[in-house]
Amino acid sequence: MSDHHHHTHGPNEPSHLSDMDVRVRALETLLTRKGYVDPAALDRIIEIYETEVGPHNGARVVAKAWSEPTFHDWLLQDATAAIASLGYSGRQGEHMVAVANTPEVHNMVVCTLCSCYPWPILGLPPVWYKSAAYRAKAVMDPRGVLADFGVTLPEQITFRVWDSTAEVRYLVLPMRPLGTEHLDEEQLAMRVTRNSMIGTGLALTELA
Amino acid sequence: MNGVHDMGGMQGFGRVMPELDEPLFHAPWESRAMAVTVAMGASGQWNIDLARSARESLPPAIYMSSSYYEIWIRALEQLTIERGMVTASELSSGHMQDPPRTVTRILKLDTVDAALAAGSPTLREATSPARFALGQLVRARNIHPQGHTRLPRYVRGHTGKVVMVHGAHVYPDSHVGRSQPPFNTHAEWLYTVVFDGPELWGDAADPQVQVSVDAWEPYLEAVL
Repeated sequence: MSDHHHHTHGPNEPSHLSDMDVRVRALETLLTRKGYVDPAALDRIIEIYETEVGPHNGARVVAKAWSEPTFHDWLLQDATAAIASLGYSGRQGEHMVAVANTPEVHNMVVCTLCSCYPWPILGLPPVWYKSAAYRAKAVMDPRGVLADFGVTLPEQITFRVWDSTAEVRYLVLPMRPLGTEHLDEEQLAMRVTRNSMIGTGLALTELA
Repeated sequence: MNGVHDMGGMQGFGRVMPELDEPLFHAPWESRAMAVTVAMGASGQWNIDLARSARESLPPAIYMSSSYYEIWIRALEQLTIERGMVTASELSSGHMQDPPRTVTRILKLDTVDAALAAGSPTLREATSPARFALGQLVRARNIHPQGHTRLPRYVRGHTGKVVMVHGAHVYPDSHVGRSQPPFNTHAEWLYTVVFDGPELWGDAADPQVQVSVDAWEPYLEAVL
């Protein structure tokens, strides 16, 4: 017999998860019975973020900016409109700004106060983005954060950190990898990682 | 409020721990927590700043030891209890005892896509000219409001430069002024202000680091 019901649990171990499971179920059931939420609407919200809205949207924006100079300039001038032209808009991306990495400047985006993140182009934030470690460290030691992700940049690079303290949401436009001149937009999009659009990674020079 | 949520520059949390092949949700309850939070936000009984304020006002030890979706759920419980939409006894029993309150809106299946695609823009018509201009030096005021604010502690008292002017946006500090609709949607000019690393973190800090915050006009004062 397993004794897993008897050993001591830390705060993030399974018993805790099942407490939350019960708690969220009770809340959802109550809110549904009261008529405040439509369970079918909840299913649809989950489906949207599981299958439709995610970093592949942002990758398409970046690949287009790498391919088309006019779109590149539009993105940097008016990111909200340029991104909306590809069909991405709305909740947690109402006011977009795109910031371009260069050989001199590396951009990184954080929300030190909560978990602000550009949902329409990146989907839901990963756990590390919402973690105390990232929120605390990014504004003080972005070079160290990048090292935590296994990335090192040249000494002379300036780190430009954007703390999302209002309703403006930031997209990092990573540098286009060398040797990708022959790729079309669809192929380029595969080189764009989620982390490269937050600034905790770089676009891929080759596919794994 | 100088709460534990205001984490910029805190130390001792260790390295950032990215997760290889991270799943979108780590348990089924997380997806329901996300969806119910989004759907209830659309009910119109509170606004985003009231929701943030509820999360920040959780007991500090609870905030620090909870996952982010757990923070959302605990705050959602508070928001609905405070407005009489549910009672604590209903939450613990899971059974409806009191009739529902009237809400502004119920997010139905056929309105989900449109509601998410529309979002809630905060840009408003400015009622006065911007006090600060691009390139101007400004100081983040040394203020410590008891209530909700979006000026992080680590920039207060420090001098930076205005690098973007975003127009007038709904001002969080007064957006929480009324807990029920109609909300106070007073807007103030919003700026991106960039600070040099050593200005924020001292002479030993990396001079190759620059950090910006988005700051509403009342958070800032001119540097003479």
